[in-house]
Amino acid sequence: MEFIVASSVGALTAAGIYLILRLRAFASILGLALLSYAVNVFLFASGRLAVDMPPILSKYGNGGYTDPLPQALVLTAIVISFGMTAVLVMVALGAYLESDDDRIDMDGDDMVGEGDAT
Amino acid sequence: MTVDDNSLIIIALLPFLGALVPGVMIRAGRNACAAFTAVPTALALVMLLTKAPGVFAGQVYVAEVDWLPQLGLSAAFFLDGLGFLFASMILGVGLLITLYARFYLSGEDPMGQFYTYLLLFQGAMLGIVLSDNILLLLIFWELTSLSSFLLIGYWKHLPEGRQGARMALAVTGAGGLAMIGGMLILGNIVGSYNLTDILAAGDLIKASDWYLPALILILLGAFTKSAQFPFHFWLPHAMAAPTPVSAYLHSATMVKAGVFLMARMWPALAGTDAWFYIVATIGLITMVTGALIALFKDDLKALLAYSTVSHLGLLTMLLGFGTPMAAVVAVFHIINHLTFKAALFMTAGIVDHEAHTRDIKRLGGLRTLMPITFVIGTLAALSMAGIPLLNGFLSKEMMLEEAAHTTWAGSHLALPVLATVGALLSVAYSFRFVAHVFLGPVREDYPHKPHDPPFGLWAAPALLVGLVVLIGLLPHVVEPLVKTAAGAVTGGELPYFHLKIWHGFTPALFMSVIATVGGLILLMLHVPLDRIWASAPRPEAKVIFDRLIAALVNLSRRISDATHDGAMSRYLAIFVVATTALGYIAWRGAAMPAETRALLPIPPLVFVIWILLMAATASVVLMHRERFRALVVLGVIGLTISVGFVYLSAPDLALTQISVETVTIMLLLLALHYMPKSSPIESSATRRIRDGAIALAAGGGVGALAYAFMLRDTSTISQYHLDNSYEGGGGTNVVNVILVDFRGYDTYGEIIVLGIAGLIIFAIMEALLNGPASRKLRRTDYSADRSRDRHPLMVVIATRVMMPVALMVGAYIFLRGHNQPGGGFVAGLVVSIALLMQYMASGFAWTQDRQRIEYHSLIGWGVVLAGLTGAAAWLYASPFLTSLYGYIEVAPIEKFGIGTAFLFDLGVFLAVLGAVMLMLYSLSRIARYAGETVNTEPMDYDPSDPVQAAEKES
Repeated sequence: MEFIVASSVGALTAAGIYLILRLRAFASILGLALLSYAVNVFLFASGRLAVDMPPILSKYGNGGYTDPLPQALVLTAIVISFGMTAVLVMVALGAYLESDDDRIDMDGDDMVGEGDAT
Repeated sequence: MTVDDNSLIIIALLPFLGALVPGVMIRAGRNACAAFTAVPTALALVMLLTKAPGVFAGQVYVAEVDWLPQLGLSAAFFLDGLGFLFASMILGVGLLITLYARFYLSGEDPMGQFYTYLLLFQGAMLGIVLSDNILLLLIFWELTSLSSFLLIGYWKHLPEGRQGARMALAVTGAGGLAMIGGMLILGNIVGSYNLTDILAAGDLIKASDWYLPALILILLGAFTKSAQFPFHFWLPHAMAAPTPVSAYLHSATMVKAGVFLMARMWPALAGTDAWFYIVATIGLITMVTGALIALFKDDLKALLAYSTVSHLGLLTMLLGFGTPMAAVVAVFHIINHLTFKAALFMTAGIVDHEAHTRDIKRLGGLRTLMPITFVIGTLAALSMAGIPLLNGFLSKEMMLEEAAHTTWAGSHLALPVLATVGALLSVAYSFRFVAHVFLGPVREDYPHKPHDPPFGLWAAPALLVGLVVLIGLLPHVVEPLVKTAAGAVTGGELPYFHLKIWHGFTPALFMSVIATVGGLILLMLHVPLDRIWASAPRPEAKVIFDRLIAALVNLSRRISDATHDGAMSRYLAIFVVATTALGYIAWRGAAMPAETRALLPIPPLVFVIWILLMAATASVVLMHRERFRALVVLGVIGLTISVGFVYLSAPDLALTQISVETVTIMLLLLALHYMPKSSPIESSATRRIRDGAIALAAGGGVGALAYAFMLRDTSTISQYHLDNSYEGGGGTNVVNVILVDFRGYDTYGEIIVLGIAGLIIFAIMEALLNGPASRKLRRTDYSADRSRDRHPLMVVIATRVMMPVALMVGAYIFLRGHNQPGGGFVAGLVVSIALLMQYMASGFAWTQDRQRIEYHSLIGWGVVLAGLTGAAAWLYASPFLTSLYGYIEVAPIEKFGIGTAFLFDLGVFLAVLGAVMLMLYSLSRIARYAGETVNTEPMDYDPSDPVQAAEKES
């Protein structure tokens, strides 16, 4: 089981990194989404894996509970990463609509030239 | 003998408290403003003077409040003879400057601002001289740099003022940074940041290997502040400040801070060869160079500025000698220099104020026009020249005496000769100040007809000149002060001495006579010498400084241009490679502990799901150019992960993941509608292989790391949460209790972040729709993408039926959240999905018309509710977000807990709902700009409407 989770995290990370290295905004957004899956699962896994031991206190359970703390942190992380994805989507959309282009690397013309910053 | 006395803290704080006053009082008029500025200063001075008898009796007052004890930083103050001398100078001259500035500043200058800056600066200076902790001293040291920046640049409209302020800040600030390093080393050597401890550990410090670095770094701070060669150049440029500022900063305070520091650190650092050769030599060079330049300056204030540089050099040299007697002379000259130099600056200010110029070449003959100013200025200038019966004479004689006895690198002549040259030049420029401004024929061409100023303007310098004469005639009146302060400098016994006018025919007297006569001759030769000086090539410090700054700016721009070239994919690649490499190095460097956990078994179904996840991940990468398909597959991955959470005992995460997934995909679909539907192939095959390799390396590393730690146990704090969740938080769902109770503060921050994200999206959309993007949206034809049946009957009906069910589910999930999986986050997402379905079914505009609550206010109410719930704990004298709870039972429903956590979770619910809805609302608003028509009916085709049905038939 540990191998399943670890390999999933690895695959999601690799796919996410490959996509954020592409040149278009949409691919980067996909990549970031994959990366946030990977990070969330990674953080979750730091509480170690357990089957049938949800952290819901109960008189009838088998008495064991998995680590609740990473779960609480990941829960908010999921919601926050949704918020950040939404902001990025909007930035990408805005950039595309304003410039007619959704490439993320700056061209030579867009760079700040010598002496502009004075 | 030390005495605890907390009034020291009040003295140190008074100027800072007072700094709030002028800004308010300026509305009551300029006189009131000046008067109220004087109050805190006067109060602090009076409090200080009440300590005088104790200080003269050798007592040391101390006061200490812990600030950051972990860092060794405490707000510790102490008052000994040296601190008393400087504090009384700072406060006393501060009062005089307040008076002088009232009459000096014109009606257009913002006086409230001036006094605020002045008090801030005064407080910072006072802090330096009273600090008993070197870290605290450093804080005040930096504060003087900052507040003097404000004062020097006070006339914001003058480019010289701005440049001078910037230069002063750059030079003294850089020195301050060096000094921080030096002080930290010093603290490390001694093992304490307490100044008293450091001063007592002089031998330990001098014996340390780190003595020289610490010495050099600290001296860099002192030399930059006190304008010692080669950092002297900022001081003349700071003269662009209003004259009261110059008089204050450059006579009594700012530039004396460096001298003060050297005097303060004297027992800890002085007395070694390194100290002597660095400090005395730099002081000597500064003294002679400063005096030489001063002689040829035509600007009155520039002349005084360079003379100040020269006198600071003199003080530095005396402290550099490292003998107790030289320290006595230095202390005495600090007092004398203060009196005559402040008076001279004020005189220059008066001349400038009345004649509208301070160019010596355009002045002369003011003796008869401004008799009072003439007397004040002349007495002060003669004191600076060292003419007998004035105080400058006394300390200069003693300085020459010390120089005559000191050998420099085996030479008995070097110091006395150069000191005499310095004194000679000093005589020359002092005489020039008198002769070229006041003496000579009355001219016709002053820019403004000069006359004596009102009493308020000459009162302050007159008082100072009174002191000049008093000390000059009766030097023994200041003897106790000099002895107390000098005793504090040396920290030991002082040599036997008396301050007196006549010492007999000593070498110093002959040197003095040579200096005076030589100075007079030099002044007579001034016209030809000036011509030679003007034509002689010499380095211009400002040009060098500007070039240096320009070179630095250029260098940093080159570095940032090279590394920050706008290619985002490059930064990311570098970041990923670097992180992976660091991780690899860390792994190589440390031995892995043994595995402590057994592997869990893999059931067949899990294996199938894993295959699905892997395939989906690979597909997203392979088909990311076809954006719609990639999105659908992304959804598959999200759902697989939520299934995984269910299996691995994380029901809350599964619920959250599945609802977030839904919302995310909807959002991406909406955005994709307005973006290109496919990505072209742009990067070369090599580049793709390279990126693939980077990605695989990083992914492999992360996977291996996850695998490694999952097999090993570690100590956690989780058991605490499990144990206290029910008893302390009143809930059995530990995850939810952590969210709303144990770590409620985090959650509170997180809903705020989410709310801000929603507002950012709204703001970006506002900006877009008011910019060129809206024109583009109008021009583009999206009709090809549209379905002919945009609001299909089936979907409309289904969502209407689902709506109450979904809301019910939301309420249920919310209420059970404290004990079972669920809670505010999930409930908020579920309810927003219920609402979103309506938007999708009947179109944005139709639905929007029917919703009554603004999403902005939902976010606001959510955050406010959560915050108020937390704050309510204060009423019970508990910390923020302490929860209270109880249980209620309403007839048909199961007993459920209700408590403050419930209200907090309600706040979370509202904020999440508001933020999610605001995001989608913003996105769908684009639709209207893109020419989407607004439907008036909920669905395009309604079979129950006979008219529409008939139309459809035909």
